[in-house]
Amino acid sequence: MSGIWLAVAGMIVFTFGYRLYSKFLAEKIYKLDATYVTPAHKLQDGVDYVPTNKFVLWGHHYTSVAGAAPIVGPAIAVYWGWLPAVLWVLLGTVFAAGVHDFGTLVVSVRNKGQSIGTIADKLIGQRAKILFLFIILLLVLMVNAVFAWVIANLFISFPASVLSVFIQIPLAIYIGYTVYKKKGNMLLLSVVALAVMYGTAVLASYVPFLQIDLVSYFGGEGSSTLFGMSATSMAFLIWIAILMVYVYIASTLPVWKLLQPRDYINSHQLVVGLLILYLGLVFTNPTITAPVTNGNADISWFPLLFITIACGAISGFHGLVSSGTSSKQLNNEKDARFVGYFGAVGEGTLALITIIAVITFFPTAGEFTATYSSFASASSSGLNVFVQGASVLAAGLGIPVQVASTIVSIIIVSFAATTLDSSVRLMRYIIAELGSEYNLSPLTKTHVATTVAVLSSAALTLIPQGPKGFGSGGYLLWPLFGTSNQLLAGISLLLISIWLKNQGRNYLPTIIPMAFLMFMTMWALIKQVVLEWSGVGAQDANWLLFIFGAIILMFALWITFTAISTLSKKTQQPSDLSV
Amino acid sequence: MDKRNFSIKKLLQLYDEMLSVQHRTEIAREIRNEDDLFMLLLYSEMLGIPNPASFYTLELYPYVIEKFHDWHLRMGMEKSPLDGIRCC
Repeated sequence: MSGIWLAVAGMIVFTFGYRLYSKFLAEKIYKLDATYVTPAHKLQDGVDYVPTNKFVLWGHHYTSVAGAAPIVGPAIAVYWGWLPAVLWVLLGTVFAAGVHDFGTLVVSVRNKGQSIGTIADKLIGQRAKILFLFIILLLVLMVNAVFAWVIANLFISFPASVLSVFIQIPLAIYIGYTVYKKKGNMLLLSVVALAVMYGTAVLASYVPFLQIDLVSYFGGEGSSTLFGMSATSMAFLIWIAILMVYVYIASTLPVWKLLQPRDYINSHQLVVGLLILYLGLVFTNPTITAPVTNGNADISWFPLLFITIACGAISGFHGLVSSGTSSKQLNNEKDARFVGYFGAVGEGTLALITIIAVITFFPTAGEFTATYSSFASASSSGLNVFVQGASVLAAGLGIPVQVASTIVSIIIVSFAATTLDSSVRLMRYIIAELGSEYNLSPLTKTHVATTVAVLSSAALTLIPQGPKGFGSGGYLLWPLFGTSNQLLAGISLLLISIWLKNQGRNYLPTIIPMAFLMFMTMWALIKQVVLEWSGVGAQDANWLLFIFGAIILMFALWITFTAISTLSKKTQQPSDLSV
Repeated sequence: MDKRNFSIKKLLQLYDEMLSVQHRTEIAREIRNEDDLFMLLLYSEMLGIPNPASFYTLELYPYVIEKFHDWHLRMGMEKSPLDGIRCC
């Protein structure tokens, strides 16, 4: 079957979701009111609260939520065959992610544009807010570890991309400075920056001298270096050390100096990437060679699939964006449907094209099965397969495969690096907040909190000694990233359900995905914590993963009990916390 | 965006706005922080902080009085802290 038919089927499902299901949610469940004065108008301050055109806000919302995660998860999950992965992306986007992103936006708008954490404090209590902070702390810790590994892995696999990624940093600083001090044209400057980056990528693809290939500097794969480490392990160690030093500086700088202008360049890359992949799909018309399902999987797809694909099906992180920034800029409450639901659909299209790029890459099913021989090999090589698969699609547009693979890896690294900056910064804020909550004043200091964030992330990436030595921690942690992300989405859906119940409305559309998510997350956690990481049976104990998994499981149980007790309480008087 | 007068220029404008929303927010926040510091310097004498240049900053009061109310709210003071300025 052609990959185009899969894309067409996906678009039909997404169109159904937006045209019909989101309309039902807007009219019958969230009951959007065009006359409601949104916080953007009521609290307008020219900075956070600014009424914004719905198309502009959707663009901002989408570029904030779309990153490397909807690429990494689906690229691994096709291990169980393409059908389960595609179904979860399509149905998850329509019935869970859209409901969640749309709902968090509406609830936040009805609560003065406050964040989900603050709303949890109001609806459930102070303990919920602290729990919320701990879950986000775990989530960003996983993000730091996983994305540091993603970047180091791509730098090692595609050394031609390193120079372009490093060139982006001074270019972004220059753009940030120019726009801030001289009001320069950001669009023109960022397009020039992108041209410089891609020009460098083309050069580096053909000139080995411009490829910063640490593994070959240490004598190539299989060579032994200092302390008996292999060349690959040493390369991982050095890249992760460099990344952590960089991320320390980047996350302590004011956001307008580096993070924001780089985000702007990356947004172009998102558009460029999606256009190249979908157009390439049309021009190459590739055949799906991967198996529909995998009957010989060493780990069951049920329930692990639902945490392996987090972003792209449903992601708790989106709720932080919806309630953190988008809700403060919503011009009209009716726009929430387009911004929230359609934002989730946008993320779904990225996950869908990722799956198509991977499942059409191999010439035969046998070659696919050889690469995806076990869940561990799928986790470690899925991302590289996507880069190569995307390069083949790009070749349909006349871009040489060698150049395309470099550009695709640059795009993923750029996304991952921006996510890394943001999540270390977020982790710093959370550590500082927890420090003030528990009277640990040193933790409230910027550099102390950042040091704690960076060192713990580095330790987590490097400690677990997996098949690849240093750097294995990143992909070993991916399922835990998925569980903490889904847990966050579960809490958000619970809060939306409680809010709907308090309004005297039908909360089934939010409680069903919430129950499904919590059940899958807990089931997956119990299987991993008890059967895989605890040392029971033939498996060796992995105490680090066991401890993290047990903590997340405890949180999941706590949330479930809170959900049952809060929802079984007598309904309060409808209280629309309008401003 | 006016659908009747669609043009590439307008499309590029919309695209630019989409991408620069957050950046503009951060720039505005940075400028506001600088303004807040300036306001603090301006009113420091009234708040009990010695300011050798208060004689000169006094001249600026008429120009910043409009911003004063928002400033003291952001600084966590629900009512105007100054007897001479009763904005709320």
